[in-house]
Amino acid sequence: MPSTEVAGIKVWQRRTAGRQYAIWFGWLVGTALFLYCWKFVSDATTWFFVWDAPRIAGDIGGRMVPPRWAYMEKLWIPLWDTLNIATLGTALAIFMAVPVAFLAARNTTPSATLIRPIALLIIVSSRSINSLIWALLLVSIIGPGVLAGTIAIGLRSIGFMAKLLYEAIEEIDAKQVEAISATGASRWQVMAYGIVPQIMPAFAGITVFRWDINIRESTVLGLVGAGGIGLQLQASLNVLAWPQVTVILIVILATVVFSEWVSAKVRHAII
Amino acid sequence: MSDASLNIRDLARRWRPPPLIASPRLRWALGLGAALYFAAAIGTLEVNWLRIYEGLDRGWAFVIAFTEPDFVSRWTDIREGLIESLVMTVTSTVIGIVISVPIGLGAARNIAPLPVYLLCRGIIAVSRSLQEIIIAIFFVAIFGFGPLAGVLTLSFATIGFLSKLLAEDIEDIDKGQAEAVRATGARWLQFMNYGIQPQVMPRLIGLSLYRLDINFRESAVVGLVGAGGIGATLNTAFDRYEFDTAAAIIITIIGIVMIAEYASGLIRARVQ
Repeated sequence: MPSTEVAGIKVWQRRTAGRQYAIWFGWLVGTALFLYCWKFVSDATTWFFVWDAPRIAGDIGGRMVPPRWAYMEKLWIPLWDTLNIATLGTALAIFMAVPVAFLAARNTTPSATLIRPIALLIIVSSRSINSLIWALLLVSIIGPGVLAGTIAIGLRSIGFMAKLLYEAIEEIDAKQVEAISATGASRWQVMAYGIVPQIMPAFAGITVFRWDINIRESTVLGLVGAGGIGLQLQASLNVLAWPQVTVILIVILATVVFSEWVSAKVRHAII
Repeated sequence: MSDASLNIRDLARRWRPPPLIASPRLRWALGLGAALYFAAAIGTLEVNWLRIYEGLDRGWAFVIAFTEPDFVSRWTDIREGLIESLVMTVTSTVIGIVISVPIGLGAARNIAPLPVYLLCRGIIAVSRSLQEIIIAIFFVAIFGFGPLAGVLTLSFATIGFLSKLLAEDIEDIDKGQAEAVRATGARWLQFMNYGIQPQVMPRLIGLSLYRLDINFRESAVVGLVGAGGIGATLNTAFDRYEFDTAAAIIITIIGIVMIAEYASGLIRARVQ
């Protein structure tokens, strides 16, 4: 146990001297890095605007109330679009994520040296790019609209779903698979009767979980022109119609809470 | 006659895997509901086929661009954007951690009194239910364009994520150790430092590294609304249809995320 001698008496210490110095050095480097980064941010900031911020915030807050509830009637169709973007996007992602997951799982991949890294690369790429960036890309390729949003949500969800699914596949009980292959089942039969029933609950849970996240993400896709209620938000912000912005934000919050509630209920029913 | 009855019996005795949803009525209702919904959803999906046909060339150009990304011609912009993104990531993660530790302590029911608990849970709920991009729009409107708005946005988002998971971890700690420290007559700060902190530290480090990774990815997005970072450069590249530059930026983001994930995996394995 590390200890130091103070006036001839051994005093308990949590760490050895060397380790303590290493930790102090780590803190020093970390603090220096943070201060350097803060200076960078500070230099790029117009501090005059920041000192003025409370007044501006109060001003915007004042303009946002009362909400213009009459605007609600123009939001039903965008809301329906938002729901469709999330749901169809999730459905699209399922079709692409399932094969990728089977190719990425160690126990089902046809080739661990060649195909598994490709599948993992697809997963990482899809996960590293935010759905807004996918939407930006698709809007510039196929034009603004709901379709671009749907495909963006689909592409973004592949990585998340495939990652969780392939981890579930790797955790299955190998005995059941062996039992099925011992009956002389073909590769596909082993998959259908040995693997799929074991991952079905996880698969349903992952799908609902991702659908919930997708609802949340699809509410803002309109900011880059990919359809849904975000389009209305962008339009209202552009004309500084703050009472409308309030209504839209309340609707977005309500949608997010609703989808979280649905997803929690469904996952509770499955598990 | 006998042949036919034999066949029917064979068919009846054939094994079928049990369905996922046991009740047949619910199964059919869900299936029918889903079919109707998808028909309605796809029916209202407005697709401009002509625009897509015209866009296919651009889509193909983008795919090609990934095979020959152009890092060179806009290198200064890419480098500045990336440095700004990385700086924002570090700053916002540190600020976020510093703020979220006290809030996390306050949101743990086993060590915080009820009023503090409710206040901290409220802050967490607000932070978690608003998307980064919406917060960024407001912060840009309030604090002006530039990385400060982005840093504040990401810090705010970090609070909701980190405080919630930290609070849940504190609620799950081993009570025996905490009580043993308290029984020695430790003051509140000593109790925190020796009873709680060692138990949650590995997870806090893991979560912070994970959040660092998320903040980098999000820093690419807040730039779209003018809150600094690589997002502004990316947006400009798309607007000008400079797909080779856009591809270079996306490849760089993916590369940095991969390195970050690998490094944080190594550190987490060491800490835990």
